This record gives sequence, C-alpha cells and structure tokens, in this order.
Amino acid sequence: MKMQCKNKILTVFLDGEIDHHSAPSVRNAVDEAILSDSPEKLELDFSAVTFMDSSGIGLIMGRYKLMNGRGGIVRVIGLKKRDRRIVEMSGLKKLIEIG
Amino acid sequence: MKKLNTFRLSFPSKSLNEGFSRAVTAAFAALCDPTVEEICDLKTAVSEAVTNCIVHAYPNGEGVVYIEGTLFEGNILKIKIRDRGVGISDIKQAMEPLYTTAGDDRSGLGFCVMESFSDKVGVRSTVGKGTVVTLTKKLSGKEKL
Repeated sequence: MKMQCKNKILTVFLDGEIDHHSAPSVRNAVDEAILSDSPEKLELDFSAVTFMDSSGIGLIMGRYKLMNGRGGIVRVIGLKKRDRRIVEMSGLKKLIEIG
Repeated sequence: MKKLNTFRLSFPSKSLNEGFSRAVTAAFAALCDPTVEEICDLKTAVSEAVTNCIVHAYPNGEGVVYIEGTLFEGNILKIKIRDRGVGISDIKQAMEPLYTTAGDDRSGLGFCVMESFSDKVGVRSTVGKGTVVTLTKKLSGKEKL
C-alpha cells in the first residue's frame, strides 16, 4: 500500500485483499498519516484491491468518522462492480464522494 | 438431492485463516466450472461467515471454525460454516443491516452481504453451544461428477 499527500489531499493506494485480517494494519497506517499530514481530503483508491468484504466498508466508515471530525472529506475511487455493490448496501454514498 | 462431492475443513479461529477458508471454498467450487463471478460471490459470502465466527463466537480466546461444503445434483452448492462458540441470542436482530456488537470498524453488514451474494442464507444458533450458517448457491457450470 502506498500513500502520498499533495496539496492537502492524502491519497491511499490500497492493494491486495481487504478483510478483517488485513484491515487493521491499513487502518493504523492511514490514521497515522491523517494525524500527521492533516489533509483536507482523503482519497481511497481501490483500483488494485483484488478482494473486499464488509471489512472494507468498516475501513471506509472509520476513516470517514476521523476525517469528518477534523472537518475533512473522503472520496473513494477505483471500486470494482462487486465492491461497489457492497458500498451501496452500506448507505455510505450519502456521506462520501464515490468516483 | 443427491450429493456429488463434499469437503470438510477445520481451523483455529485466527483471522489469518479467513483468506485460507475463502481459497479452499473457491477451489472446491471451481471443480464444477462456475463463472468467475460466482466464485467471487461465494468467496465474499464465506469470508463474512468465517469473520463472524472469528469476531463473535469465541470472545474469551481461540476456538475452532468448521466448514463443510457439499455439491448436490443440479450444481447446487451448500457451504456450512459452524462454530462451537457463544451463539446468537437474537438471530433476527443480528441479521439486521448495520447492527453490530463489535466496535473496531465493524460495519454490521456481514449477513446482508451473505444474503446478497448467495441464493439462500440459513442461520441456526444455540446460546452457549454455537452457530451454523448455511449458504446455498446454484452454480451455472456443467456437472462434472
């Protein structure tokens, strides 16, 4: 997983499988970057994600809460059809931008 | 319905085994030549059920998760995911979207995802004894067995 912060936009390039096993290390790394870089926008790029279950939703929700509490926004990009279906079930579309 | 093939798997309730259980189930289903889409659906549903066992069933430590997969005539696949954990006192409530008793970024969508990615989800549970989730999915490939 790679991250870059430019012009107050923190972009996280997620990769591999996102499940309950892998999500905590992603969460910790992203939260640490949010706290140190103080971005105005968090962009989660799912293009290189090969598998995601509802742990991915938890990951997005948790980061939304953190960013929202700091006055920032979240954008999710690169979701595949299947992952998009899970995101739609969650109602997250009302809270975050989905590209 | 006539049974054509079956597998049994048991493993400790370690999160590392979530990917392992998905891979085994996918390999078993692949024997009857389903679509990639169907395999992915199955992996997602199994992942949710196994994660539930790992997160909820054994709050005081590690237990065992059991999976039994059976392929029936007509390419109907049933996957039973079982634990001998604490059980669910109110199944209806547990299956409600966004309901969760776990913090830690859990979304409460596990059963919704299982229902969306399988044809049928059955849940039986006894408090103090454990839970069995049965996922049923018809696969489109040709019967090979």
